[in-house]
Parts: sequence; C-alpha cells; structure tokens
Amino acid sequence: MIFSNLSIPNMITLNINKKIYKLDADPETPLLWVLRDHIGLVGTKYGCGVAQCGACVVHLDGEAVRSCVTKASRAQGKKVVTIEGLSASNSHPLQKAWLELDVSQCGYCQAGQIMSAAVLLRENKNPSEQDINDAMAGNICRCGTYLRIREAIQLAAKESV
Amino acid sequence: MLHFSGLAKFAMPNNDGVVPVLQLTEINGYVKISPDNMVTLVCPNPEFGQNVMTSLPMMVAEELGVDWEKVVVEMGPHDSVKLGPQFTGGSNSMRMYWKPLREAGATARNMLMLAAAGSWSVPIEELTTKEGVIYHDKSGRKATYGEMAAKAAAIPVPKGVKLKSVKDFNVVRTSQKNVEGAKIVSGKPLFGLDYKHEGMLIAMIQHPPAFGMKLKSFDASAALKMPGIKDVFSVKLFEDGFEQGGFDVRTFNDLLVVVGKTTWEVMNARKKLIVAWMPAGDTKDTMGGRGGKKEVIVPGELETTATQLIKMQEYAKKPAQQLRKDGDPETAFKNAAQIIERTYNAPFLAHNCMEPMNFFAHVTDEKALLVGPLQAPGWTEPTLAKVLKLPPEKIEIQMTRMGGGFGRRAYGHYLVEAALISRKVKAPVKLIYSREDDSTYGIYRPMYTATYRAALDSNKKLLAFHVKGGGIPEHAIHANRFPAGAVDNYLAESWEIPSNITVGAFRAPRSNFNAAAEQSFLDELAEAMGKDPIDFRLQLLKRAKENPVGKNNEYDADRYAGVLELVRSKSGWNGAEHNKFSRGVAAYFCHNSYAAHVVDLTLKDGEPYIERVFSAIDCGIVINPDAAANMVQGAVVDGIGNSLYGGLTHKDGVVEENNFHKYRVIRMHEAPKKIDVSFVQNDIDPTGLGEPPFPPVFGAVANALYKASGKRYYQQPFALPQSNVRSV
Repeated sequence: MIFSNLSIPNMITLNINKKIYKLDADPETPLLWVLRDHIGLVGTKYGCGVAQCGACVVHLDGEAVRSCVTKASRAQGKKVVTIEGLSASNSHPLQKAWLELDVSQCGYCQAGQIMSAAVLLRENKNPSEQDINDAMAGNICRCGTYLRIREAIQLAAKESV
Repeated sequence: MLHFSGLAKFAMPNNDGVVPVLQLTEINGYVKISPDNMVTLVCPNPEFGQNVMTSLPMMVAEELGVDWEKVVVEMGPHDSVKLGPQFTGGSNSMRMYWKPLREAGATARNMLMLAAAGSWSVPIEELTTKEGVIYHDKSGRKATYGEMAAKAAAIPVPKGVKLKSVKDFNVVRTSQKNVEGAKIVSGKPLFGLDYKHEGMLIAMIQHPPAFGMKLKSFDASAALKMPGIKDVFSVKLFEDGFEQGGFDVRTFNDLLVVVGKTTWEVMNARKKLIVAWMPAGDTKDTMGGRGGKKEVIVPGELETTATQLIKMQEYAKKPAQQLRKDGDPETAFKNAAQIIERTYNAPFLAHNCMEPMNFFAHVTDEKALLVGPLQAPGWTEPTLAKVLKLPPEKIEIQMTRMGGGFGRRAYGHYLVEAALISRKVKAPVKLIYSREDDSTYGIYRPMYTATYRAALDSNKKLLAFHVKGGGIPEHAIHANRFPAGAVDNYLAESWEIPSNITVGAFRAPRSNFNAAAEQSFLDELAEAMGKDPIDFRLQLLKRAKENPVGKNNEYDADRYAGVLELVRSKSGWNGAEHNKFSRGVAAYFCHNSYAAHVVDLTLKDGEPYIERVFSAIDCGIVINPDAAANMVQGAVVDGIGNSLYGGLTHKDGVVEENNFHKYRVIRMHEAPKKIDVSFVQNDIDPTGLGEPPFPPVFGAVANALYKASGKRYYQQPFALPQSNVRSV
C-alpha cells in the first residue's frame, strides 16, 4: 500500500492485559483506537467518542476510564486491562452472572457495562440498587437491559463473597 | 435441490485470526452435520439483539431431534435460494420462519432415517431417534446422524414430512440462553465494526452540515498531507434518474470521502477539509416499486422545528385524505351533547444504535464482497447490482451481528456508499460513521401529530370517533385498528407535508406514535364517561367482537381483550396494589401481536420515575420464554426512554442533537425497579415480539403521568415542559 506521505514513527509502549506492545502510533491517538485499529483488541467498543456512553470503558491501573478520550500517551507506564483481559475463559463473577441471567440483547455495550461494574464491585462488595444506579449511569444500553445488568451485578456480588 | 457441500465457511475468524474449517455435510440450507455428529444449524435472519440466532435454530432443533446443548449455530450468508427472505424487521422472523424451519428440521431428520433404513434394510417406521442418534430397537442397531449424513444428503428431498405436535415440544417453549452470550461478555469480534480484512482501509464521509444543503466544492490539500491519508474524493451515490426502491432512502447523494489507514487518522484528516456547501434547492427523486415509476420533488427548504410545528398546525386545518369512514360521523358530531377534542404531537426520533452505521466492501470489476451489520440483505442486493453494474450472483453479502438496528439498518445506503468507495480506491475498505455522522444523517422516525375527537350523547354514550393525523413527511394513522370496528360512526383521515428530512422505519413504525396518542385519548375519554379505563376498552372490544362495525378490522378483539384482562389480574388492578403509585394502563395491537402494560410511576422533584411495570403479551407460542421476557423488558425501557426524553430537532436544516450529550437516552437510574412480564398461554402460531410491546408503553406512561400530576401530557417527550396548548 503506498501512502502519499510517510509519517515519522512514533513509538509508544503499552502494557495491555499483561502483554507489552510496542507500536508505531501517534501518542495523541485515543487508547480506544490504538486497541481497536493497531492491536486488534476489538472488545472495547466505539459508541460516541465523547465519554458519554461508556461502551469503551477499560481499566487503567485499576480505574475505569473512557478509552475514547484517554490518549495513548496517558496509558504509557500504566497497566491497561480490557474486556479480553478481565478473566481467562469468562471466569470473572460478572461474566458468569451476565451469562447466568442472559443479560445481553444486541451485546454491543455489554463489555463496557462489565468493565464499569468490575470497578464498582471491587470498591463495593455489596452494592445497593442505588449504588449500582450511581456507578452505572455513564453506560448506555439502547436495548434496555438495565434491569438484568443490575440483577447480574448483585448476583456477582453475592457469588464473590 | 440437494447440497452436498464439502467445506463450511465461517464468516468471521476467531479471536486468534484462525478460520476454522470443518468437514460438514449439508442436508439442507439450515442443517449441516459432521461425521463426528457435530450439528451446525444456520440462522437465516440477521441478529440485532432480538435473539433470532437462538430462537430460529431452536425451531430446527425441535424437529431435527438433537441435543440443543451440543448444537453449533452460525449466521448464514445472504442466500435467498437456500435461506428464504432473510429479513429482520416488522417483527417477522418468528412468523416468517416458523413453518419453513420446522420443515427443514423434520425433513432432515426424515432423510437421515431414510438413509439408516436403507443401510439396514429395515422399514423406516421401525426407527426412532433421540438426541442425534437413530435407533432400530428390533435389531439393536444404532447410528449417529453424523454417520448417516453423507448418505442422507444424496436422498431426494421428501415432501410433506409430518411436523411434531405442539404438546411434544421439548426445545421450543424452553428457555435457552443466547448462543453468542459467551462471545459477547468476553469481547470477541462479532460486530461489523470489529470486522478486519487483509489490506483494509478506513473511509469516512463528510456530509453536508444541514438537510437541504449539498456539496459545492472542496480543497483537500491539507487533509491529504495528514498522516495515513490515502485519498480524498467526491462520489455520487445514485446517478440522476436512478429508480429507487422503497428502502433506497439516502440522506445525501454527493459524498465527500476521506480514505486512510486508521480510524483516528481519517477522523483527524476530515477536520482539515476545506469545504464549500450550497443550498440543494428543490431536487427530484425517481421512485420505482409497486406503484410504478414516479418523480417526487424533495423541497430544498432548510427546516426549523418551530416552523415545522406551525406548518403542521396549518395543514391540520385543511381538508385531508379520508382513509376510512363508518356510519355518519358528521351527523353524530353535529348532534353530540359533548365533544372531546385533543391533539397529540411527537418529534422526530433518531435510532441511536449503539454501533454506528458501518460496512466493509471489497469491490473489483468482477465481483463485490460486503460484510457488516444489515437488516435486509435481499433489499440492498438489487440496488448494489444496479449501482455497481454487477450481476447479483457476483455480489456476496455477509451479515455480522448488529449493535442495534431498530429499523435503521433496513436502509442499505451505507453498503452502496462503502461499495462505491472501495471501487474508487481499488482496495478493501470499511466505511465508518462517527456518532455525529450517525446522529445527523439518519433515516429518522417522522414528526407526527394527530387530533382525536369523540362525540358523546347526553348519557355519556360514545356516538362517534374521529382521528385526523399528519406528519412530516409521513402520517402515522392506521385506519383499521382499534377502536375502528367498535364505534358506529368512525372517521380516519390523514395528510402529509413534504420534507427533505429523511425518514423510515423505527421500532414499530407509526404504531409507536398511534399507541401514545390514541391510548392517552381513550384514557381521557374513559374518565369523561365515568368509566374504568380497562373496563371501557373491554366494552369497546366486546362490541367489536360481537357486532363489528365495518370491514377490514385488523385486530382480533378476543386476543386484544386477553392481554388487558391478564395485565389487570397481574397488576392487581382491582386490589391494594392499585393505589401504591400513580398508575396508567395502555394496550395495543401491531405486527401481529398484542401487548398491554400497567405503569406505576412517582414524581420525584417533578421528575417522573417509573417504579414498576406489568406487561401482558400475546404473541402465540413463545419460542424462548426467558429471552422473550428480556425483549419485552427492553422494549418497556426503550418506550419509557423515548416517551420521556426522545426527540430530534432542527435549526435551519441542522440536526441539533448530534451526540449523547444532547440527545437524551434512558440510563440505568431512570429504568424501572421491576418489569413483570406475563404471556398469554395458547397454541397459536408464533408472531413477533421486537416491536409490539414498544408502542403501548408511551400511552401507559402518559396516563400514569396524569395520575401523578393531574395534568394530561400531549407532547412528547413528556419530560420536557408541556405547553398549555390543548389542540393544534
């Protein structure tokens, strides 16, 4: 493939799901697009690009961040965990609960929902409905699976004890 | 026609990029079996969250007689010869495939048994099957389906194979989990945006900033200097005079395209484009289809919501087209002791699929490969064939899982766009809409209004019913729906205002407005007549059943009454539960199924909050009960969200809500605490569920809001301040 203009290599190093990646990408690129286009980890979704929908939530040193507005440079030297790295073979209590209650409809937002819920559950072992509503208000589900998401978080909390 | 296929092809590689290849014998388009007895069932219809990839193959498995737990499901390619209409929309999947899929399963089973009977020289009547194994008890012989598959595939396809009786079902009517659930929660590539192809470029379209504008000229020199950018060009979607089918709706015809290596690079380069736009003026579209070829003038006006509203008020006063008339409504209104007249308005709505529009295309002079999220491949393929000047058999369409659809992805203009771009750059390309693109060049739910009038005599008896509805650019009136058939004097009329705002199907088209307006009006009418809102509806339905007025009434009055009775009992309508919260009811029939909801609501600091919802549904046989309940719950949440918050406005042709910070969609804390779903139990052939539960939510919310606030809600979205204007 011939490109009319050659870009100067911008090497960035990222630790994603315990694996080191050295990439030729503009450090200003949002982490979302580095994950999706450069590394091929497409479980993290593009929904809005402006931190409104939560489809792109990943963990940066254990904190939930919107990867669509997080520059790749900010992730350097930190540990990134995406849905693909949340557990081996769907063993995280949230993934198990999601499957048990058959939460998903179209499924597009669910990785982001689970990644947001994972941080909630780590911080709060027994979240009330109000706690869940507060923590999950940044994640949109257009199919309207909110009730099952709530229930799945509570089920996972019970299973995690 | 027999197909003995060697290799089964999977549409998408697994996570490690490996394409699994298995030796499978294809018994028919829906059933493939490997020698080691792995049964693969092919889902014909695209999946957008309605769970067809699970429920449709369940029908095949039921008749084939295999262990559902061991079945592998794959999405079929577009192949209408083998796989039927392949259309996801209109809540049609269950209805459309109920017979063909059961026949496919039963016929395949019969062929496997014939193969065994032939091999063992025994009569087929002596054979039985259980979970993918054929038994001949007399001789003690047995064989797996896999062992008989190759032989079975060579047998002429038998006709008229007997189907199982409903009482013998053991797959259908059991709750089975989403076959892609595990892939979803682990982030596997399932969606169009996840699709990758060797040498694939990314393309985005810069579209005019407003409806009514078009491309004048552009300077791409700065954009072309941006890293990763390959090309910038303009392309015409349809040539002048192109005969458009009903689903060839497209928002803009002259597209300015940026193509590059990665999404972020293309997004950045797009900002460097220097573009001049100009008013499109009135334009001409050529429409084909059933009514024959006709020219349609699309007005060039740059529309503004306030002006649209005024225009609707003007049109509402003009004579309209009569859709249905029973009895003598004019005289009845003249003689009425009391006339109740109310007008309802609803805005344009955007679908807001979580996965923005996108499609992959690789087009050469000889053939085209297209991969991505699409509801109706069979409607888009002929358009692609015409535009690309390729025979349909040279066009391969593969459907990925869709991140939502709601009707939006029935309009395949974005495939045509992707195909033209790929042909131009001579490379595989994925066209991606940004969220802003998706929001601002949509195929929206039209803007609607309707005025309802009822004539009562001095004893508060209903003499006549009149609805006059219109919209931009389409009206919503279903003239033959309830309460047509239940009132002696009835009149339905409609009008439409041409517009350049592109519109199309949105979850339960037209019904999603009618149910809101009509069910609110019936509530108000019941109150004026001093009747309980459920009793009032049931009395009308009794009349429609026993002595129906007019012809062509679309609904079954018994089944309509059935969901109302079920929701009355489940919600404790006549008991202590009734007064716990502010309560509203609504019911509706559309897309062949019946739905009723009771909404319990409270106002917290003036903001409506839905405490709980009781839903009663009649969609005949429920294929997959827990998944069906999930879908109803989703439709209820969606209905609450759209009725309270949904709305798209224009200013000088510009869509004002371009992303989720401006377009309010329902979020977790606004969803009800509980949604209790009940299904009417019967053995009627199944009908759909994606749409029917959605429309009556709007009416039930409006009626509950009235109970809470003492104010009637006539204008959607209800969470916005309501003006005091009662009628247009």
